[in-house]
Amino acid sequence: MTDIKNQPITDAVAESITKVEELAYELLINQVMTRDIATVSPSDTMEFVAILFREKRISGSPVLRDGELVGILSIEDLIRCLMAVDLPSTVEKYMSSKLITVKEFDPVIEALKTFVHNRVGRLPVLDEQNKLVGIITKGDITRGLLKKLTNEFQQEEIRVYRASHLFEDIISTRTSLVLRYNIKPRDFIHGGTASSYIKRALMRLGASPQIARRCGIAIYEAEMNLIIHSRNGGIIRVEIEPHQITMETIDDGPGIQDVDLAMKPGFSTATEQVREMGFGAGMGLANITRCVDQLKIDSSLERGTRLKMKILLKEQESFGDSRGNHLEGTP
Amino acid sequence: MNTQELMEIIDGTLLTEVCDFTREIKGGCGADLMSDVLASIQPNAILLTGLCNPQVIRTSQMADVAAIVFVRGKRPPPETIALANVESIPLISSPYGTFELCGRLYAAGLPSLENPVSNGNCDCDE
Repeated sequence: MTDIKNQPITDAVAESITKVEELAYELLINQVMTRDIATVSPSDTMEFVAILFREKRISGSPVLRDGELVGILSIEDLIRCLMAVDLPSTVEKYMSSKLITVKEFDPVIEALKTFVHNRVGRLPVLDEQNKLVGIITKGDITRGLLKKLTNEFQQEEIRVYRASHLFEDIISTRTSLVLRYNIKPRDFIHGGTASSYIKRALMRLGASPQIARRCGIAIYEAEMNLIIHSRNGGIIRVEIEPHQITMETIDDGPGIQDVDLAMKPGFSTATEQVREMGFGAGMGLANITRCVDQLKIDSSLERGTRLKMKILLKEQESFGDSRGNHLEGTP
Repeated sequence: MNTQELMEIIDGTLLTEVCDFTREIKGGCGADLMSDVLASIQPNAILLTGLCNPQVIRTSQMADVAAIVFVRGKRPPPETIALANVESIPLISSPYGTFELCGRLYAAGLPSLENPVSNGNCDCDE
């Protein structure tokens, strides 16, 4: 953990905060503390305490007088008493009445800070009326954090599981998932963001790394073409079906003068400025051709360009269970 | 070769927040034109490049690049580093030029993961 003694948290420190530390700020003390606790009274004998600690397998206990917290007794106090052979004495003689407490609605990080500043093994937890409601130990915090981490991990797993079973869970004559992205012209900073989302979506839906890679490369080249060449930007449309992925880019100009020439590896109409950015090698359409099963380019100087790419999924690559997810009469 | 060994061979400086130093690198590829990268590179390669804009990261993400090495001590702008951190792609800067780096890595046993141009088929299934 970064130095939790330092307060307040600056932006620089905040950047290095780990997931566990983040949880320590989120989790409340009353979510991890032990509620069912054994207490003793100042007038109890230390012999009673020795038996209690052994039977309950605990190493400390709050001391209450008429329901009020007046001290805390730890195993160290009991050892002092044992060494002095003084078991008939009362708790009052050996308890520590210097009270270090935490509030139940404070985040766990407050308890951690208190543990760092004070050499104590447990902290009594008080409610808003300063009544004792529980005890918190470092062990409670560790267990609480682990439980929370496990829960979050399981939720992410469920999310991936649900996504990858989407096509099995939904029954229709023909199920498809359509993703749309608007692409701005000359937006080199964000160029490729849509492709990145598309690749991630495919992975989450359970596509193989090879399929995700082929789709990713093809749509990235097409997205960059929109950014480099289109007059007003364009639209990316991806349709995911159990047996195929169809990706389209649509723009309204200026259109490709000679499609056959544009397909030739090395041919490019990109400007010097675009080339300096690492584009315009003239490999875009050639790369797309390599990665997809079908490519259709429909371009005219009046209407603009429409690129349609299709990747066909083999039986073992298809999304969902291709045997049971569609109705009779599937086209 | 893992990332740690690579760093030693090329006198590398890590520019990103985290890096899995034990990740196995299968080979290398050097290019400054992003379409060339996409056309030739196989998965889990390092990319040697002089290009520093965020597109390098996007290209690498699409091509499953293991790490990016910037040649001749180039330092990419903050937006490139930020994107690399988000996408968990390690960025390494080396003082040497592309030829020197390729030579050092090849001599150390790192193979080329660039497909030659004559290979007209899609290499994505490999």
